Amino acid sequence: MSVLLIAEHNNQDLKPFTLNAVTAASQMGEDLHALIIGQNCGDATKKLSELPLVKKVIQVEAPHYENFVAENFAPVIVKLAENYSHIVCSANTFGKNLMPRIAASLDTSQVSDIIKVISQDTFLRPIYAGNAFATVKSKDAKKCITIRPTSFDPCEGSGGSAPIEKAEAGEEFNHTKFIKREEIKSDRPELGTARVVVSGGRGMQSGDNFKLITSLADKLNAAIGASRAAVDAGYISNDHQVGQTGKVVVPDLYIAVGISGAIQHLAGMKESKVIVAINKDGEAPIFSVADYGLEADLFDAVPQFLDELNKLNTIQK
Amino acid sequence: MKILVAVKRVIDYNVQIRVKEDNTGVVTDNVKMSTNPPDDNAIEEAVKIKEAGKATEVIAVSVGEEKAQETVRKALAVGADKGILIKTDGVLEPLAVSKLLQKIVEKEKPDLVFMGKQAIDDDCNQTGQMLSALLNWPQATFASKIEIKDKKLEVTREIDEGLETIEIGIPAIVTCDLRLNEPRYASLPNIMKAKKKPIEQINASDLGVDTSSRIEHIKVEEPPKRKAGIKVSSVAELVQKLKNEAKVI
Repeated sequence: MSVLLIAEHNNQDLKPFTLNAVTAASQMGEDLHALIIGQNCGDATKKLSELPLVKKVIQVEAPHYENFVAENFAPVIVKLAENYSHIVCSANTFGKNLMPRIAASLDTSQVSDIIKVISQDTFLRPIYAGNAFATVKSKDAKKCITIRPTSFDPCEGSGGSAPIEKAEAGEEFNHTKFIKREEIKSDRPELGTARVVVSGGRGMQSGDNFKLITSLADKLNAAIGASRAAVDAGYISNDHQVGQTGKVVVPDLYIAVGISGAIQHLAGMKESKVIVAINKDGEAPIFSVADYGLEADLFDAVPQFLDELNKLNTIQK
Repeated sequence: MKILVAVKRVIDYNVQIRVKEDNTGVVTDNVKMSTNPPDDNAIEEAVKIKEAGKATEVIAVSVGEEKAQETVRKALAVGADKGILIKTDGVLEPLAVSKLLQKIVEKEKPDLVFMGKQAIDDDCNQTGQMLSALLNWPQATFASKIEIKDKKLEVTREIDEGLETIEIGIPAIVTCDLRLNEPRYASLPNIMKAKKKPIEQINASDLGVDTSSRIEHIKVEEPPKRKAGIKVSSVAELVQKLKNEAKVI
C-alpha cells in the first residue's frame, strides 16, 4: 500500500497543516510519498523532503501551477494516482476544492474530513456539523481522503532527507484564470491555529463593544472569534465567524463572551481543550460545554478579567 | 442563458440532531426538513441574475425521495421557472448524485450550474466539484460574489487565507457560500403560483448510471460528551483556575 499526500504550500513554505496531513497519511500506509505541485517551489519542496515520515517527494512545476487552480492540478494527480492506494490531503479550502475533482475522475467515492484513521479502509468522520460521528468503510480500490488537520498532531518537521523526483507537468486548463488573492493580514495569531481564542456573541450589543474582546485577546495573545449572530448583526466581519458555517477551531483555551451557544456555534468550538463561558443567562446552552462557567454581566466581568490578568506575573504566550 | 440549480432536502439547521438507538443513522422521522441553507443562496443568485435580464430560465433540480418535491416546490416559489425531481430510494453518495446531475445537464444544456458549497447533513462538500470534473467544466467553489461578464464569470471565493478572485468561462459550475446573498422568503401569492409550475419526475434508475454505494456506514454514534464543567463565582476564581488548575494562561 502506497500513500500519496498532496502538500499544501505557497511555493516558499509548506502550509503548517501539511504536517498534520502527513501524520494522518502515515497512518494509512508506511510507504508515504508527498506530491508538491507549484511554480518555483524549490524551498517548499526541500522542507517537504526533510519530514522524516516522507519516503519520497514528487515535484511538479509549471507556470500554470503557481496559483493552485484545481482544474490544473487534478489531471496531473489523477495520472500519478495509478501507483497509489490512497490519495490524501487536508480538508481546508485547498483540499475541499481539489480532492472531489480527483475522486470523480478516478470514479472513487471520496471520504471527506476524517478525524481518525481506524484502519487502512475505515475512518471516523463527523457528520451534521459534529453532532454525530460516522464510522465509514471505503470499498473503492483507490481511496481519496481529506483529513481534518486539527484532529491530527503535526509530524516531526526536520531530520529526514527523502529523495526528490521530478514529474512531468500536465496541460493548462484554459477556462479558469486566477486573478488575485487578498490575504487578510493581522498581527494576531490566525483563528484556525491560535492557542487561545476569545469570541464575542450577540451579547456584545454593538461593534464598538467588541473592543472589550480585542483588549482581552491582546492580553492573552489570542485570535478573535465571533458567533454567527454577532456577524449577522454586523458587529464584526465574517472571517471571524466560528461555527458550522464558519471556522472550526480547537484551541487550548476558548473564551466565549456573551455567546448563548447555538448548535451551529457549538459545532465550531466544542472540541477546544478548555472552554470558558461568560454569560448573564445561567441557562444558556454554552454552559453545557464549558469547563468554567461564569454567570455574570460581561460588561462587568471582562474589565475585571483584564484587571486580574494584569495582577499575574506571567501570562503564557 | 439558462441556469440549473441543484437543491437538497436536509434536516432543518435548527433541529437538534439525535442519533438512532441502533446506531444506523440519525433520527429523521417527524423531524422538520428544509432546503440545505447554501442551496437557498444558489437559487437566490440564479433568480437575481434572471431578474437582471442576464438569464432566461432557472431550473431547480433535486435528487431524493418523493418528498424532495417540497424542496423543488420551494425553489419554484422563490422564482425558479421549472423543477426536476430525480427520484431515488435511500441516500446516495455525492459521486452518484453528480453522475445523475451530469445526465440532467446533458439533457437541459444549462450554461451555468449553481448549488450550495456543502450539504449540512453529510458535510461532504463534493458534488459541485465532482460534477465539474465529470463535465470537464471550470469550477468556482465557495463563491461569495458573482459577476457576469459576457461569456465569463468573475467569482470571488472565500478561502482560508481570505478572498480569491478567479475568472471562469461559461459553461461553469459555481458552489455558493452563505455570504453570497440574502435569500428571500416566498410570498403567499408566489407559493400559490408555484403550485402551477411544472415539476418533471424522473426515476434515477432510468438515467442509466451506476449509483451503487461505495462507502459502507458501519455505525453512527453520538460524539463523546464533554465532562461536566463547573460554575465559578467570580472573575478572580476563574483566573486562578485557568492559571493553576487548567494551566492555560
